[in-house]
Amino acid sequence: MFETIWFVIWGVAWAVYFMLDGFDLGLGTLFPFLAKDETEKRILVNAMGPFWDGNEVWLITAGGVTFAAFPRAYAIMFSGLYTPLMLLLFALILRGVAFEFRNKVDSAPWRATWDTCLVAGSFLPALLLGVAFANIFQGLPLDAAGLFHGNLLTLLNPYGLLGGVLFVVIFAVHGALWLATRTEGDLQARAGYFATSLWWVEAVVAVAFLAMTWFSTRLWQHVLAKPVLLVLPLLAVAGLLLTRVFAAKGAWWKAWFASSALILGAVLFGVAGLFPDLLPSSLDPAASVTAFNAASSPLTLKIMLGVVLCFLPIVIGYQVWVYLTFRDTLTAESIRKGPAY
Amino acid sequence: MDVLALSRLQFAVATYFHFLFVPLTLGLSMLVAIMETMYVRSGDEDYKRMTKFWGKLFLINFAVGIVTGLTLEFQFGTNWSRYSAYVGDIFGSLLAIEATAAFFLESTFIAVWFFGWEKLSKKAHATTIWLVAIASNVSAFWILVANAWMQHPTGFVMRHGRAELADFVAVITQKFAILEFIHTLGGAYLTAGFFVLGISAWHLVRKQETAFFRKSFRVAAVWTLVFALFEIAQGHMNAEILSQAQPTKLAAMEAHWETGRNVPMNLIAWPDAAHERNAVQGLSVPSGLSLLATYSTNGEVKGLKDYPAAERPPVLPVFLSFRAMVGLAFLFLAVGLWAFLKRHTITEQSRFLKVLPWLIPLPYLANELGWTIAELGRQPWIVYGLMKTSDAVSPLSTGQVGTSLVAFFLVYALLGAVDFYLLFTFARKGPEAAPAAAK
Repeated sequence: MFETIWFVIWGVAWAVYFMLDGFDLGLGTLFPFLAKDETEKRILVNAMGPFWDGNEVWLITAGGVTFAAFPRAYAIMFSGLYTPLMLLLFALILRGVAFEFRNKVDSAPWRATWDTCLVAGSFLPALLLGVAFANIFQGLPLDAAGLFHGNLLTLLNPYGLLGGVLFVVIFAVHGALWLATRTEGDLQARAGYFATSLWWVEAVVAVAFLAMTWFSTRLWQHVLAKPVLLVLPLLAVAGLLLTRVFAAKGAWWKAWFASSALILGAVLFGVAGLFPDLLPSSLDPAASVTAFNAASSPLTLKIMLGVVLCFLPIVIGYQVWVYLTFRDTLTAESIRKGPAY
Repeated sequence: MDVLALSRLQFAVATYFHFLFVPLTLGLSMLVAIMETMYVRSGDEDYKRMTKFWGKLFLINFAVGIVTGLTLEFQFGTNWSRYSAYVGDIFGSLLAIEATAAFFLESTFIAVWFFGWEKLSKKAHATTIWLVAIASNVSAFWILVANAWMQHPTGFVMRHGRAELADFVAVITQKFAILEFIHTLGGAYLTAGFFVLGISAWHLVRKQETAFFRKSFRVAAVWTLVFALFEIAQGHMNAEILSQAQPTKLAAMEAHWETGRNVPMNLIAWPDAAHERNAVQGLSVPSGLSLLATYSTNGEVKGLKDYPAAERPPVLPVFLSFRAMVGLAFLFLAVGLWAFLKRHTITEQSRFLKVLPWLIPLPYLANELGWTIAELGRQPWIVYGLMKTSDAVSPLSTGQVGTSLVAFFLVYALLGAVDFYLLFTFARKGPEAAPAAAK
């Protein structure tokens, strides 16, 4: 019972993380293509300025939920995926300071250095998280003791790589749409053009991924066994289609929300398809790490449920307030005058 | 080196480095919040400029503190997976509470504070920096409760081959945790006090923005004296709890070998672990250690020889770190007292002002020494009395950990160099010119 509730919280934490940080990772990835001059670069950075840090805490929370509710899964996942996680960590470190540092010294090479960190630090996490989750969906080479029999190359199989590409493209579209909501004129037009053009790539990769999921994983079988869960992939597909419909009309906010629905639907579909596995084993189904064999004690799960139910609504409340407070259009003028990175 | 040694070294690098930035975040957030409150109350534009100037330095420091904190949450899983699985029921929960109850608040509102000068009312804006300051400090509370549990595990039962939570309230209210929390905060506040005193002094010597830096100096002088006094009085309370909770750590801190009563405190000593004695010792205060640890000259203090050699921490570094930390604390008190007494005529104290900037690194050193005592003094245990550090490490290869360790050295060296360069640059540049309207 508690294990199931925590499994859902675990999935929702990841889904919300990808929905929120997804747009700023995507925007960081597209940075060199979208911004033509220094003013546009600053607009781009400041379009995510007030949000990226709060968004990233959802990653800490997803990690924290794993540690608190499923310590064995946390231990096996983080040590098994050691090298990709270290790469993710360094990428996020360099990306985080790039925001603060890039405009602190008036020198072109200085800015170029931190811009490189921003771009690499946005692209790599998107790719790595995609590869990691696709591999989790299809199962990791785990033995009964939880030892990971493989290395970084084990993860770079066709399905894993397609998952990585999918994340990069979804986030890129999500980020371009975000920029379109916050800008005007040329930059908005360029952001919109990228969103609508990349949408075709997104659609092709998404369909390919869903098809490959049928053969490479047991997600569909699990979901079809409980047809009510089909609402999740349907939400993802509806989100994908509506993204295109709204983007074509220039309704950027609606398109961004549709893109969010795609991310939530897709991630939750994957999570629901895993249940009760957190880390399915590709070597032996009995060696899979599940919500039940990895869970914390009932007392911890109960107390932590109280904590989460008490604090997460508050967090969501003030984060929504922050999004509403900083929803205005950014211009060369507003960047020059106001506090800005 | 094996995986254990490499992982320990990596943890040390990550933690020492992270803690170069945390104390200033904890203390300076409070000072900036106080300055902005003074601005809101008095309407004095100087306080607004102070808020912005010290706030900018705060943000430069904060950025590295945040990203290096990420490493720590990852590392328990990546490098200490056996530990994580063994105690995650308790330890993992505390970290998760920190994220949901404090870290979200801190990370969200720091951005609101920076970007929100024009968008919020004065009072609402000042509230956001208070939220950041309080959230950072609450964050420290949960992290230190988690660390205190490693120092003195309580409120748990051994079940299903792991430590499971039995009494949550006991875990979060244990005396060890409360003392560790306030001791860490005291050190952090001192760090911020010396930071503001030192940079203000640098400008006062050069007669730049004198009014501005005199005000900053006055705020920091009061602050520094209060926490220098607090830290010494409070630090002494830690000796008592260590004598009960971690006798091997206390014995190593004092290079105390033989259990006994009326144990003297040797102000000078050089421990010789191989021969289980002190090669040199002197300047003994009769019954000093008994008195400090038990509040009785006749109190019994356990010596290292009561414990098998394999369960003792490395004595020399723990002993020296403790001596140095306490020496620094008394220096901080003297400096704090002088700064406080002379705060109204500080511009005349040119020699004192010239020395102050050079003292900025000392509280940083004291903080790191404190952690050296806490963590090295707990060895060979990762959870005192419950799990050895050598049983906690992940099943990794030396290649994996060696590579990441080198990467940490490189990336952190770069971050450290850049961040200190920026702090220097913006500290020396001084505040933005006063607006014309204020004349």
